[in-house]
Amino acid sequence: MLKKKDSHKVKKESTHLPLFILGGVILYILSGMVDELRVYQGASIAVYVIAISSLILLTGYSGQVSLGHGALLAIGAYSAAISKNEFGFPVLASFMVAVIITAAGGALLGAAAARLSGPYLAGTTLALAVGLPSLANQFEILGGEQGLLFDVGFPPLSLGEDFTQYKWFFWIAGLAALISMWLVNNILKSRYGRTWRAGRANDVAAQLAGINTGRSKVLAFTISAGIAGLAGALLSMTIGTVSPSAFPLALSFALLTGAVLAGITTLGGVILGAFVLVAIPEVADVIAHRLGASEGVTTNLPGLIVSGLLILTVLFVPNGPVEQHRARKAKHEALLGSTHK
Amino acid sequence: MQLLNTLLIGITAGSIYALMAIAFVLVWRSTRVINFAQAGMALLSTYFGYEAVSRIGSFWVALPVAMIGGAIFAALVELILMRMLVKHASSGPIAGVAPIIATLGLLGVIRAVISMIWGGQDLRIVAPISNNGFTINGSTLVFSPLKLLILGVVVILLILLSVLFQKTNLGLALRASAHAPEIARLSGVRVDAVRTLGWALAGAAGAVAGLFQTVNGNGNFSPDSIEFSLLLVSGFIAAVIGGLDSLLGAVLGGLFLGISISFVLIYVSSGLFFIAPFVILLVVLFVRPQGIIGVKAGRRA
Repeated sequence: MLKKKDSHKVKKESTHLPLFILGGVILYILSGMVDELRVYQGASIAVYVIAISSLILLTGYSGQVSLGHGALLAIGAYSAAISKNEFGFPVLASFMVAVIITAAGGALLGAAAARLSGPYLAGTTLALAVGLPSLANQFEILGGEQGLLFDVGFPPLSLGEDFTQYKWFFWIAGLAALISMWLVNNILKSRYGRTWRAGRANDVAAQLAGINTGRSKVLAFTISAGIAGLAGALLSMTIGTVSPSAFPLALSFALLTGAVLAGITTLGGVILGAFVLVAIPEVADVIAHRLGASEGVTTNLPGLIVSGLLILTVLFVPNGPVEQHRARKAKHEALLGSTHK
Repeated sequence: MQLLNTLLIGITAGSIYALMAIAFVLVWRSTRVINFAQAGMALLSTYFGYEAVSRIGSFWVALPVAMIGGAIFAALVELILMRMLVKHASSGPIAGVAPIIATLGLLGVIRAVISMIWGGQDLRIVAPISNNGFTINGSTLVFSPLKLLILGVVVILLILLSVLFQKTNLGLALRASAHAPEIARLSGVRVDAVRTLGWALAGAAGAVAGLFQTVNGNGNFSPDSIEFSLLLVSGFIAAVIGGLDSLLGAVLGGLFLGISISFVLIYVSSGLFFIAPFVILLVVLFVRPQGIIGVKAGRRA
């Protein structure tokens, strides 16, 4: 008996906590070295990292496509703003409210989604992303087109006189990004991550193995939504307001682009995906300037690059550059191994 | 009178959704892909139509120009993008979502390129006939000659399409390739060419939907107009309601959706314009997941 029990023991994987702490230290040092614009962009990257990792959990691992993640971000942002403005919650608590309410919304959506697959789910989430922002005009508490204020306040004085607002945003978003990356990384490596992958790879086989695939899909949607809610609250923190125009369809598509660029199953790739999303407008500006392009071309170049990258990635590096590199390396090593024999 | 108005508005809007749903169904049947770029293609065709109107001055020239332009563009997309996609991205975790992502990317590319060529501002296509309501017994209906015209054209197109599918060899090839591609190929049907044709037909149907959606509204359109996002969502929902595999289902789904939305807007609140389709879709998916006349196979794709 004892022996059998032993053979079931899976080698406990490290949670990589030191790695994430090291990441935090590097970010801390970096934030002191760059100018205001870069610090702000850093905060945006952190927000995107959170949002994209929630999408990777959902789409890459549990195999459910969401074209409406922007709508989940919106739910988080509005919950945070309302809980802070109307009910006087402290900032940290309002972030938690954002996570909880969006997770609840995600559970509802997930219950519908578990019955759907592939294109059906994609279309349903798309309909949500188109429809949800318009609700802002329906209820007075949501503040209409102008939206609501979401002010997390000045950085504490103990950080020094010249500690800027943007740096404060960056610290909050960066810390949140580290924590959620660490969480997602460990969830994906846990039993849940494995059940999701099993369900994605083969629904029937997973059910045979005793997995309740319906429930596991709803769980994935709930967790993903909670993280997306946090990203939404942080996004509105960096903007200072919450309004429907901050959550257009283009945001949902951009997040998906980030996830595909990251490699839909590569959590480590999210930093690349988020970085590219933030860098594209600036790169596009430089290109348009070099070409001496007209204003119409200049304003639409970022959109063209995002969408073009999406298509090109799916066509030529379908599983993401990180995964592609890994696969090539493995192949190379296998070849080397066979010649050494 | 209000009931009649609601119904007539719903039927007109629904017939436009039906066209869009048909475009989705044609593409789905030929390549098992939901083409999320369909709205972008409809938008592009509307711009083709706009060019024709502003050069020649007649809406009746613009309609076929938009249809032919839309058909050619859709065929090119299938020939180039979709075939490359099958070749490159048919394995690994991405395989299931690759077509969805690729067509979304295409939607973005089309929108960006349109904005670069025509600019982001509103353009205008004037309806060929009046959109002022008919008057019966002194009271004015919302139903207008234009809406009657739209209904008429949609009905004619539907008849043409069903004749094509049911009575011609080409239609037989289209149906065979959709249901049993291997057997069709063995019987000498050039399945790949037939698939491209399916996309072209969808492009033409979407073009009509785009033009009519524009003139049935206020006539204005722009690359970012929400009308086209709505057309995308409504067409998709109508197709899903109809079971995604059936042309008749798409028509019924479109009418059902159009009439339901119209009732919600007039009897509940006009502010629910954008969220109503989503709610209707959820209700349908829970109540009748296989669609109105779909086969009972669940939503697996």
